[in-house]
Amino acid sequence: MAFAYFPHTEDDIRQMLDRIGVDSLEDLYSDVPQDVIYRKEYDLPDAMSELEARRYFEGLASQNRKMLCLCGLGAYDHYSPAVIPSIISRSEFLTAYTPYQPEVSQGTLRYIFEYQSMIAELTGMDCTNASMYDGATAAAEAMMMAMAATKKKTRVLLSEGLLPQVLEVVKTYAKFNGVELGFVPCIDGVTSYGALVAELAAGDVAGVLVPGINRYGIIEDMTGFADAVHAQKGLLMVYSDPSSLAVIKTPGEWGADVVCGDSQSLGVPLCFGGPYVGFLTCTKELVRKLPGRIVGETKDVDGKRAYVLTLQAREQHIRREKATSNICSNQSLMALYVTVYLSLMGSKGLRDVNELSYGAAHYLHDSLLATGLFEKAFDKPFLKEFTLKPLVPVADLQEALHAEGIFGAVEVEPGLVNFCATEKIRKEDIEYVVSVIKKFKA
Amino acid sequence: MKYYDKLIFELSKEGRCGYSLPSNGWDASLTELPAGLARAKEPALPQVSEPDVVRHYTNLSQMNFGVDSGFYPLGSCTMKYNPKINEEISAHPGFAGLHPLQPASTVQGALRLYRDLSHALSAITGMAEFTLNPFAGAHGELTGLMVIRRYHMSRGDSRRTRIIVPDSAHGTNPASAAVCGLEIVVVKSKENGLVDVDDLRPLLDDTIAGIMMTNPNTLGLFEKDIKEIAALVHECGGLLYYDGANMNPLMGVVRPGDMGFDVMHLNLHKTFSTPHGGGGPGAGPVGVAAHLVQHLPAPKVMEAEDGSLYVAGDDGQACGRISGFMGNFGVLLRAYTYILMIGRQNIRMVGPLSVLGANYVKESLRDCFRLPVPTVCKHEFVFDGLLDQSTGVTTLDVAKRLLDYGFHAPTIYFPLLFHQAIMIEPTETESKETLDCFINMMRHIAAEALSDPDTLKTAPHTTPVRRLDETTAARQPVLRYHSETSF
Repeated sequence: MAFAYFPHTEDDIRQMLDRIGVDSLEDLYSDVPQDVIYRKEYDLPDAMSELEARRYFEGLASQNRKMLCLCGLGAYDHYSPAVIPSIISRSEFLTAYTPYQPEVSQGTLRYIFEYQSMIAELTGMDCTNASMYDGATAAAEAMMMAMAATKKKTRVLLSEGLLPQVLEVVKTYAKFNGVELGFVPCIDGVTSYGALVAELAAGDVAGVLVPGINRYGIIEDMTGFADAVHAQKGLLMVYSDPSSLAVIKTPGEWGADVVCGDSQSLGVPLCFGGPYVGFLTCTKELVRKLPGRIVGETKDVDGKRAYVLTLQAREQHIRREKATSNICSNQSLMALYVTVYLSLMGSKGLRDVNELSYGAAHYLHDSLLATGLFEKAFDKPFLKEFTLKPLVPVADLQEALHAEGIFGAVEVEPGLVNFCATEKIRKEDIEYVVSVIKKFKA
Repeated sequence: MKYYDKLIFELSKEGRCGYSLPSNGWDASLTELPAGLARAKEPALPQVSEPDVVRHYTNLSQMNFGVDSGFYPLGSCTMKYNPKINEEISAHPGFAGLHPLQPASTVQGALRLYRDLSHALSAITGMAEFTLNPFAGAHGELTGLMVIRRYHMSRGDSRRTRIIVPDSAHGTNPASAAVCGLEIVVVKSKENGLVDVDDLRPLLDDTIAGIMMTNPNTLGLFEKDIKEIAALVHECGGLLYYDGANMNPLMGVVRPGDMGFDVMHLNLHKTFSTPHGGGGPGAGPVGVAAHLVQHLPAPKVMEAEDGSLYVAGDDGQACGRISGFMGNFGVLLRAYTYILMIGRQNIRMVGPLSVLGANYVKESLRDCFRLPVPTVCKHEFVFDGLLDQSTGVTTLDVAKRLLDYGFHAPTIYFPLLFHQAIMIEPTETESKETLDCFINMMRHIAAEALSDPDTLKTAPHTTPVRRLDETTAARQPVLRYHSETSF
C-alpha cells in the first residue's frame, strides 16, 4: 500500500492507533452514521505513476493548438521573462499560506508591499490591496465599494464600453447584492459624456465605472467625467489595463477615486484564462472601504523595519457579515509575477513594450485595411488592440484564419471584430496574416 | 532564516535595466498619441539589473516558511504536501499558451480537462455536476449561494432571503451570504460542539433559503445529526450548502451528496494539493445536485453529440457569470494531476490518515493542553489554551514560541467559541516522526510556560523579525513605498 505522498508504514499506523486507543482506522469514523459511509468503488481512474501522468497530459496538450495570437479583449499575449518562473517556483513562496505569522512571512509581506507600491504608482492612486481574483471580480468589488462609501445611494452606472465579461460579472453581483445598475452607452466608439451627465441627473448615483481603454481598444478621453460625477457626490471608478498606464494618462490624473482591472498583462501567462490577478486601488480617503488583504509597514520590538497584514477590522474573519467583502484570499503568487515583471521592466521597459505593441498594432491595422476586406469601425486613438468592420461574413473570415493557425477577428459586437498585437508580433507574422486574408479574398 | 532589509526600490539606480526586447523597426510611434491622452510623468518603478532582481527575491524567499520548509499545522487550511509534478504539468506550454477566447476546436484538450475534472469531483463528492469557474473557497460560497437564490427565484419563491449559519462557521460564510443579499440567522452550538437541532427547529420557516454547514465543523467534529438536519431543512423548503473547507477527512470515506447536501464547494488548494501560493491562487469549484444543474454559472463546458466539447453561454437559467473567463485553469490542471496520481486506490487513505494524525497529536497532548470536547476528532481539533494557565502564558505566546523551534504555528483564536483556541490540522502527508517531534516541542513549551514564562511572552527570538507593532501599522497606515527622490 506504499504511496509516495503518504509517509506511514503499517507499523507507524499500528503505533498511532494504539496511542489513540482504537483498533482500526475505521474506528476513527465511529461517530459517522454508518449509512453515509461510501463503500462502493470510486468512479475514478486507476492511480498513475508520474511517468504515466506525464504521458497522459502530453496527450491532452496535443489536443490543443498554439496559435498566432492576435486577440486581446482582456487577456494579452505579452512576453514573460525567464526570471519570473524561476522566482515563482521557489517553494518558500509557492507553498506558504496567507502571512498570518508575520515573523516567518516577511518574504510574502515584502513583495506584496512592493506590489501595492507599484500598482499605486502605475495608476496614480494612494492605496492598493494585496490583489483580487481577476479584473472582472475586482470591478464587482469596486461597485460594492462605491455603495458602501456613499451610503443610502442605490445606483451604479456602467459604461457599455467595458469588456463584455466585466459587464456580465458586475451585473451578476449587482443582481444578488441589490444594486441597481444604469448604463452609459458608447457613441462613436467612446463612452458618451452627454449620456453620462443625463444619467447622473436622474440622481442616486453611488459611482460610475468607465474603462480607461474600452472594448473597442479606444483610449477613452475622460475630460469632465470626474467633475460631473463628483458634483453628484459619486465616485469615479476606472477599469484599466495596467500595462498601458506606463504611457497613457492615468486614472489618478483623470481624477478617479477607485481603479480596478486585471494585471495579467504584466507578466502572467495566458493559461486559458487563469490564474490571473485583479487589482483594486483607491484614494486614501477610501482605504477603510477597500476589501481584501492589505499589507502595511511597521517595526518589530527591536526596531527593525517589518511588514504585516493591516486594517484587518474591515475583514470577514473579524467582521463576519458586516465585512467590506467576503474576500478571504488574494492572488498572492500572481502578485509576485507582477512584482518581478515590473522590477525587471521598470518604466523604460514598460514604455518599450507599449511602443513595440503600438507599432505592431498600427502596422496590422493599416495592413488589414489595405487588403480591402475591412472598413474602419471608428477613427479614434488606440494602443495595442482595435476594432474593424469586416466586409465579409465574420464566420467565414474566422474560419479562414483559424485554418491557418491565426487566432483573431473575435466578434466584439455583431459585425465588429477585435485585433490585437503585442511586442511578440513581428513584421513577418503580419505579412503572413495578410497573405492568408488575400488568399481568402481570392 | 536571516533578516534582509531591502525593498526593490532601494536597489534602483538611474540607468540600470533588467530586460531585453527586440529592437523597434515600426514606423508608428506613441508620440502620435494626442497629448491629452498621454501620461505626464513616467512611473517611478525600480531600475535594477537582472541579477539584482534574482538575488533580491531569493533573499526575500529565505524569510518565508512554506510546507516544503517544515510542518505547517494550520487548522482549517489543510497544508498538505504539494507534489512537484503538478507544477510541471500546469506550466506545460500546450496549456499555458492558450488564449481563453480561442475557438473550441483548438482547445479540446483544455476543455476535456475541465470536463474530466468536474466528473472526478462529482465521483468524489456525490454531486451531479460541478462548475470549475469560482476562484477560491469564499468565491465558491458566493457562487453556491447565488445558485440557491436563483433556484428559489425560478420557483417564484421570492420570500426566501434568510440563511442559517452555525455560530462555529468560518467568517466567510456570513460574509458571502451578506454579499449575496441574504440575511444571516445564527444557529447555536451545543456544549459538545455540534449544531443544536432544538435551536434549529424553530428557525425553519418559509423565509429560509437554506443552511450553510461545515462537516466536520470547525472544531473538527462530525455533525452526527446531519441526516436529521437535512430532513428538517428540506421539509421547510430550504437547501443545504456544504462548506468544503473541511472535506479532507471525508476524502475516500463519505460523500457530501450522500449526507443530503444540495450545493457545495471544494477548496482545490486544500483537499487537492495545489499550492497555497502565499494566499492564492486557489480554486473553489461548486457542485450541485441534479435539480440545480441549470443554475450553475456561465460559461459552461458542454459535450456535443459527436463527443466534441464546446463552451456555452447563459441560457437564461444560470445564476449569471461570476468570473472573467473559466476559473483558475492552471490550478485545475494541478488538481487533476493529483487525482490521477492518487487514483481510486489511494483516495481511500487520504481521509483516514489525516484523521489518524489529528487524533494522535490530540491524544499525545491532552495532558498539557485543555481539550474542551474530549471525543474522537476528524482532520483537526481545538485546544483551549494550556492546561495550566497560572503564569499567564497565552495561546499567542505558545504559537510564537513554536516559530522559534522551526514549526509554523497552528491557527489561533479561531473558532471564536473558545477564548484561547489553538486549532491543529496535521494532514495525511506528515510522518509519525514529524508529529512526534511536534508533540515533544509542544510538551516542552508547556513546561517552559511554567519554568520560564517570560521567554514565551517575548517569543519568537530566532526569527528574522520579532513581534510587530501592529497597532501603529493600523493607526498610521503606510501602504506603499515613498522615497523623496523618486516619488
